[in-house]
Amino acid sequence: MAHVPLFSLLIAVPLLGVALIALLPRRAEQLAKPIALGAALVVFSGTVAMWFGWRTDGPRFQYPESYTWIPQFGSAFTLGADGIAAVMVALVGVLVPIVVLASWHDAEPGKHSVRAFFALVLVLESFMLGVFAATDVLVFYVFFEVMLVPMYFLISSYGGPRRQYAAVKFFLYSLVGGLLMLASVIGLYAISSNQLGKGTFSFEALLSLHIDPVTQRWLFLGFFIAFAIKAPLIPFHTWLPDASAQAPIGVSVLLVGALDKVGTYGMLRYCLPLFGSAAYDFAPWIIGLSVAGILYGAILAVGQSDMKRLVAYTSIAHFGFIALGVFAFTAQAGTGAVLYMVNHGLSVGALFLVVGFLISRRNSSLISDFGGMARLMPWIAGVFLIAGLSALSLPGTNSFASEFLILIGAFGAHKAATIVATVGIIFAALFVLWLYQQTMHGPLIPELAVTDSPARLAVRDITRREVAVISPLIGLILLLGVYPQPVIDVINPAVDRTLADLHISSGR
Amino acid sequence: MSSILDVLWLLIALPLGSAVVLLLAGRRADRWGHYLGCATVAASFVLGVLAFLALQARTDRSVEETLFRFLGVGSLKVDIGLLYDPLSAVFVLLITGVGLLIHVYSIGYMAHDSARRRFFAYLNLFVAAMLLLVLANNFVVVYIGWEGVGLASYLLIAFWYYKPAAASAAKKAFLMNRVGDVGLALAIFLMFANLGTTSYSGVFAGVGNLSSVTATTVGILLLLGACGKSGQFPLQAWLPDAMEGPTPVSALIHAATMVTAGVYLIVRASPIFNASPTAQLMVCIVGAVTLLIGCIIGCAKDDIKRVLAYSTMSQIGYMFLAAGLGGPAYALAILHLLTHGFFKAGLFLGAGSVMHGMKDQTDIRRFGGLARVMPATAITFGLGYLAIIGLPPLSGFFSKDPIIQHAFDRPGWSGWAFGGAALLGAGLTAFYMTRLMVLTFFGRRRWAAASGGQLPEPKESPWVMTAPMGALAVGSVAAGFLLSNADALSNWLAPVVGAPVESVAHKLEPLTVTWSVLGAVMLGVVIAAAMFARGTARSEPVTANPIVLAARRNLYADVINEAVFVRLGAWAMRVLVFVDSRGVDGTINGLAAVCGGTSARLRRLQTGFVRSYSLTMLVGVVAVILAFSLAVFR
Repeated sequence: MAHVPLFSLLIAVPLLGVALIALLPRRAEQLAKPIALGAALVVFSGTVAMWFGWRTDGPRFQYPESYTWIPQFGSAFTLGADGIAAVMVALVGVLVPIVVLASWHDAEPGKHSVRAFFALVLVLESFMLGVFAATDVLVFYVFFEVMLVPMYFLISSYGGPRRQYAAVKFFLYSLVGGLLMLASVIGLYAISSNQLGKGTFSFEALLSLHIDPVTQRWLFLGFFIAFAIKAPLIPFHTWLPDASAQAPIGVSVLLVGALDKVGTYGMLRYCLPLFGSAAYDFAPWIIGLSVAGILYGAILAVGQSDMKRLVAYTSIAHFGFIALGVFAFTAQAGTGAVLYMVNHGLSVGALFLVVGFLISRRNSSLISDFGGMARLMPWIAGVFLIAGLSALSLPGTNSFASEFLILIGAFGAHKAATIVATVGIIFAALFVLWLYQQTMHGPLIPELAVTDSPARLAVRDITRREVAVISPLIGLILLLGVYPQPVIDVINPAVDRTLADLHISSGR
Repeated sequence: MSSILDVLWLLIALPLGSAVVLLLAGRRADRWGHYLGCATVAASFVLGVLAFLALQARTDRSVEETLFRFLGVGSLKVDIGLLYDPLSAVFVLLITGVGLLIHVYSIGYMAHDSARRRFFAYLNLFVAAMLLLVLANNFVVVYIGWEGVGLASYLLIAFWYYKPAAASAAKKAFLMNRVGDVGLALAIFLMFANLGTTSYSGVFAGVGNLSSVTATTVGILLLLGACGKSGQFPLQAWLPDAMEGPTPVSALIHAATMVTAGVYLIVRASPIFNASPTAQLMVCIVGAVTLLIGCIIGCAKDDIKRVLAYSTMSQIGYMFLAAGLGGPAYALAILHLLTHGFFKAGLFLGAGSVMHGMKDQTDIRRFGGLARVMPATAITFGLGYLAIIGLPPLSGFFSKDPIIQHAFDRPGWSGWAFGGAALLGAGLTAFYMTRLMVLTFFGRRRWAAASGGQLPEPKESPWVMTAPMGALAVGSVAAGFLLSNADALSNWLAPVVGAPVESVAHKLEPLTVTWSVLGAVMLGVVIAAAMFARGTARSEPVTANPIVLAARRNLYADVINEAVFVRLGAWAMRVLVFVDSRGVDGTINGLAAVCGGTSARLRRLQTGFVRSYSLTMLVGVVAVILAFSLAVFR
């Protein structure tokens, strides 16, 4: 197992796909689609192989690799995954082929470059895999920053009418966070060269540092603000509705479903074990922000008139749950938080995709352009409902297990916050059922009520490609809803170790 | 040797599998879907009977079965596990038995609906979720079933989703249930925080270690959950609106089974409530208040299904009252739940039959004299009517009378209050049910006048509908006697809720109570018959006394909800949307504008002339030297 350089391969395969796409002559640019799909499926198979080769009782970092990179800085290109990273890698592996297939017609020739679109998606996949598989802080930082570039171009070149504004906003927000993080990364390096005699960026080596509580706070904040912007937590959230509303649907799926998870992932993987004392100091504030975000995001979701913005705001609420789980510092809540990252990726992915199905039929994302659609598209209505039920964490869908773990794990230490968060499940039901009623239930809107009108003829039920796109997600939503324990078995040991590091570095 | 008790999961898997098949098969299953739906519930019923017999043959009447680990993190271990004991056995029979009858009835009732297959899929989904709820062996699995039946209820209320009223009613039901679900969820968290487990056996064994405050809190949170599911005060307003769903749904879900889940939960958690007299008192108060609310509003409604809905609310109030009294009254709550399951399901199916004959008319002011044209419906409905008002020897008498008796027996002022409320409720029940009966089946044929002779004479429903009504009527007549004879049900449930003990001293003699109840019932019947024997106005009189006006408006429950939650919520939402776009985002955009402006000004400094740069450098060097000197030579 250790002999296969799995993660290098996973990172390289999409880039190989990019190279192939680059070599395509212009008249064969449509071939970019199958190439991208092929590369994404190879990566998917690789993550499946990783999954089945995973040893839940194995070493902390599995599939480790190390290459000389910048020895002068004590930084090596080291890869590997603990259980937390493994499930995130698997999430990326699942989502990208679905997104490629879903975006099949989103970059029409003539208007935009088909080749560039699919190449950018592959580049993004490669970098996302890198950010999750990095076990060197500098490598993590580099991937964290460079990830912005393909996302920036995907939004600014292929997005909606206000794409430039949204893309620049996204880029600036992320850049500010990244710079703060860079300062902290350098700070860590300086401390390591003081304490270890030789500076290093190796995550495992940095765990052994003893950082005084005041310094911890500053370094913690550098990382945390970067992650809080990425996740996003309120009040750093306003870029997300713009970005995900302007991005093409597939890109929104990757942005909210996978890329943003780097934020909460980073909080758990880097902030907690490296700066335990600071994490304890700031936890009450962060939990306050998280819980506020749960209610704030949910209430704002109901106030939206645009479906994509609505879904974006629901995600802010869900990120609040995840951050609550991360900063509750219990095994149940932490495991639930990681499971929620996966589950939210699946359910928000499904939700965005279904919204995309609807938009493609009406050329509008305004809720008021829909109404009574269940009559014309019963299958899409059914899929929409399942995705929505997952978003409101109904038992039997994936999100329930994660939300339950977070809440029951957080309750012991943070009763008031957990009670407020639990009240959030009412609001979750509100925004999902409200959206569903407005779009699917009730009488048909007048424009669609005339049988042979062009608008009506444009509304058809689910296509074969859409079935292929959505059914894996629906399947996983239901499977993980009924039987989440195998995933928990992968996550839990890593969370336990992270919390152990937290307690050591906090000195409590 | 493998016994039926080893494969209890089949009870749930059969209807669940059928639901999945019906939903995925699409239109191909339109021709046979309803048969599959009925067949799987029938199979579950047969398995339920066999399991019941197998349990009876055992000395320890409790079988636990762990299917698989659902969540296991650290000390939290939650299994999908089933518990089959006397209490769940009774519920399995009720759910699958009454469920089967209503499934069969639906074949006829939904025959002309193009989405009948989808209807049966949802009904099967409901049966599966409800069975999971009552067969669970821990509180998390109860919660799963609890929200599962909520989903089925949502889907079925919104079955005719193109009707805005149906869509809104479904959403309202789900949301109000979620308020209750928060209570149930928090109760589970509290159990885990204090006892480290969520299983029945673990929690009930550890109740003694709980502080009384914790036990009371858990009890009240469970009660909140129960109120949501069972349409009890203060979460009752969704239940009448739920009548927008097809009538078989009202019969099965919103009368016989799902809405009684709250009673099940309280009886199941009896060890917790036994540990907290305060929580028990709260249960009694909720029950007594709701039973009166239901009766009062029921008297003022003119829609046949809404009258029955408020009646359901009120009868479940009796069950809550009994469950709150505790001790021997736990079994009475279940007894009333079972008899109510028969007669209320029968009444609803009868109402559906009437609507079928009357072209979906639900206004009882437009009925009248239907006994002649729909004799089977009139007889079965009539037996259900006699049962619900508590006429001996029909089943309602055997279940309601002892509840009132026990309510009076409660020591102190509360006994008089609860007993009095229950007694008053019995009289009011007789009044509104008699009104319903008389206006629908007797007197002048107001429907003939209403349509000016246009409406064809209503016909009796087909046998596929009347046969289930007949079966439920038999239950309405006989179930009470059979179940209470020689304390049959109390003894059967003894392993779960404790052995029946005859309370030594009654505050009031049993015969006194019985005669008072019968007197109140007779009074209600006579007044209603006298008032409505000659029919009623076809529209509401404009002036009426304040109580009637309030009752017609559901005692202002919707007005209060609208004012407090909907208006306030919408206002908060608008404020937040404004704050988010102008405040939070505006600050950021403002910051960006400031940065942009600053950089534009800074750009002007980059003139490209070396001399201006060197001047700047000179100024800088001087400034640094000055600062240094000040710091050093201070």
